[in-house]
Amino acid sequence: MFDIYLLETIINGLLLGGVLALLALGLNLIFGVIDVVWICYAELVMLGMYTIFFLYSKFGIPLVLACLAGIAVVAVIGYLVHFLIISPLLGTAPINQLLATGGLLFFLQSFITLLFGVEFRNIGLRLPVLEFFGMYISFARLLAFCTAVVGMIALYLFLAKTYMGTAIRAISQDRDVMVLMGVNSRKVYLATSAIGGGLAGLAACLLVLQYDIHPAIGLSFGPITFMICVLGGLGNMIGGFVAAFIFSQVIAVGGFYFELEWGYVVAFAIFIIMMFIRPQGILGRRS
Amino acid sequence: MNRRVTFLIAALLLAALPYMGVPQYYLHVIILILIWSFIYTAWSLMGRFGLVSLGHGAFLGVGAYAVAMLWNYLALTPWIGIPLALLLSLFLAILIGYPCFKFRITGHYFALVTLALSEVISMLIMALRNSTGGSLGFTPNRFGAGTSIYALQFAQKETFYWIALVVWIAGIWIWKRVDVSMERHALDAISEDEDAAASVGMHVTRQKLRITIISAVMTAFGGILYGQYQMYINPHTLSGVGVSLQIVFAVVAGGMYVAFGPTVGAVITISLAEFLRVLIGTAMVGLDNTIYGLMLILFIIFLPQGILGAIMEKGSRKKALRNLATAVSLNSK
Repeated sequence: MFDIYLLETIINGLLLGGVLALLALGLNLIFGVIDVVWICYAELVMLGMYTIFFLYSKFGIPLVLACLAGIAVVAVIGYLVHFLIISPLLGTAPINQLLATGGLLFFLQSFITLLFGVEFRNIGLRLPVLEFFGMYISFARLLAFCTAVVGMIALYLFLAKTYMGTAIRAISQDRDVMVLMGVNSRKVYLATSAIGGGLAGLAACLLVLQYDIHPAIGLSFGPITFMICVLGGLGNMIGGFVAAFIFSQVIAVGGFYFELEWGYVVAFAIFIIMMFIRPQGILGRRS
Repeated sequence: MNRRVTFLIAALLLAALPYMGVPQYYLHVIILILIWSFIYTAWSLMGRFGLVSLGHGAFLGVGAYAVAMLWNYLALTPWIGIPLALLLSLFLAILIGYPCFKFRITGHYFALVTLALSEVISMLIMALRNSTGGSLGFTPNRFGAGTSIYALQFAQKETFYWIALVVWIAGIWIWKRVDVSMERHALDAISEDEDAAASVGMHVTRQKLRITIISAVMTAFGGILYGQYQMYINPHTLSGVGVSLQIVFAVVAGGMYVAFGPTVGAVITISLAEFLRVLIGTAMVGLDNTIYGLMLILFIIFLPQGILGAIMEKGSRKKALRNLATAVSLNSK
């Protein structure tokens, strides 16, 4: 039996997958190159959303410019995260770096609460809902999906075609040897952090169109992003891409048949089973 | 012998605390500190061996909710409910721990997998909102006048103080037992290099699983205790990423390689939160966590061994220097 609502759910899940894939991409890039997990990654997205909100709603700057500014701000913050927190810890136990960014998560979330309070805000922009063959697709989601795909292609081209991109890929393959080859690893790390931050900023632009902004919004995207990255194999960008769509489908369809939380619970059950079958991630190689 | 006497006096002083006219509010804060110290100590059992779990919130939630729900819905006394809940958390620990250790999921991966666990338990509590109350929380039914050994409910703060004290001491005792055991050396070796440890005949999976189970069951017990004391539980304080990170923070601040480190961490974090609340009130929500977050970053960068760890390290260095000095002077004679 053909169910039009189910198809609508699947398409919406696909569109959600684009944004999740973008989030996972930034995290995977940073992990693959610097070997650090930014637990606070979703909080950077939250900062981006607040930046766009204030520029657009309070200062009346056009949305496109506000979004570009949001990307720039989060890219700078990404740079600072590496400069101030990660680089002093590079030589220590890897788990320290993860915990330090955990501290940053705490700090950002509560500092924003302190500054702006816990109330929900949104940019008050109503985007139309498109209708195809009796199915309703949110334009914001479609836009988000397309932008996410364009962003990913742009990142791919950057990594494949430019000098800096080549250096980033090289250093992710062998951290020690590249330094001997005369690559300034510090510079590459800082550039990667800024790009990772920029991707978080881009995700913020897309999320700000669809969701209300509040200090704890990072907690609703963070864990799912980490699960995607682990499922895809940490640092494996293509794996993360595939895993994002698997997860978004599970959540969407699970949420369609039951409730949204159940979608997450089912996603986690699959996650656990996958850990048994392929602990190296769906596309990973055994090291 | 001297140490024993000191410990005995300290224990007696602690036990007599409610008779010293401590105001109820302070007693409440002390009880909270004891309960959380126990939980933090449980976490540090794993943390010190490089098993950084961000999923301990899950065990807290499972323990507290299992006991409270068995009590409310099946009228099952906590005397039976607690063992069942501990069994459940043991099962959960094996469910998550076994594949992780079997397939060599360590470091970042382990932290992220456990983070997902804690998040899903809180999602599950939300999803079952018809029976768990969702984010509104859950209140165990009062039994009679409020004090009952059958229901393990005590209206008197003093009673709970002694229970929490005994549990806390038991936690420290377990920590010390692990510290002097052979397993500790095995786990230290494993956290240094798993392959090398396995090659000299250590059961890596079994060793890690054992310490994980101890830690998880203790954490669940801490959650149960918290639930029975507060008579109110909710998924935000007892499961999810927030509380898991809070546990990690307190242990790192206090020092995870020394027995009383997690306790010092609990004293610092809880008194800071209470102090700020009394001083500023609710006007500045989030100030305490802002300070924690900043402190966590600074601690990891500048004082990774924690406050107590740093103090004791300094002390032992002084002692070593003194010993060296006496040895040299004896030699020269």
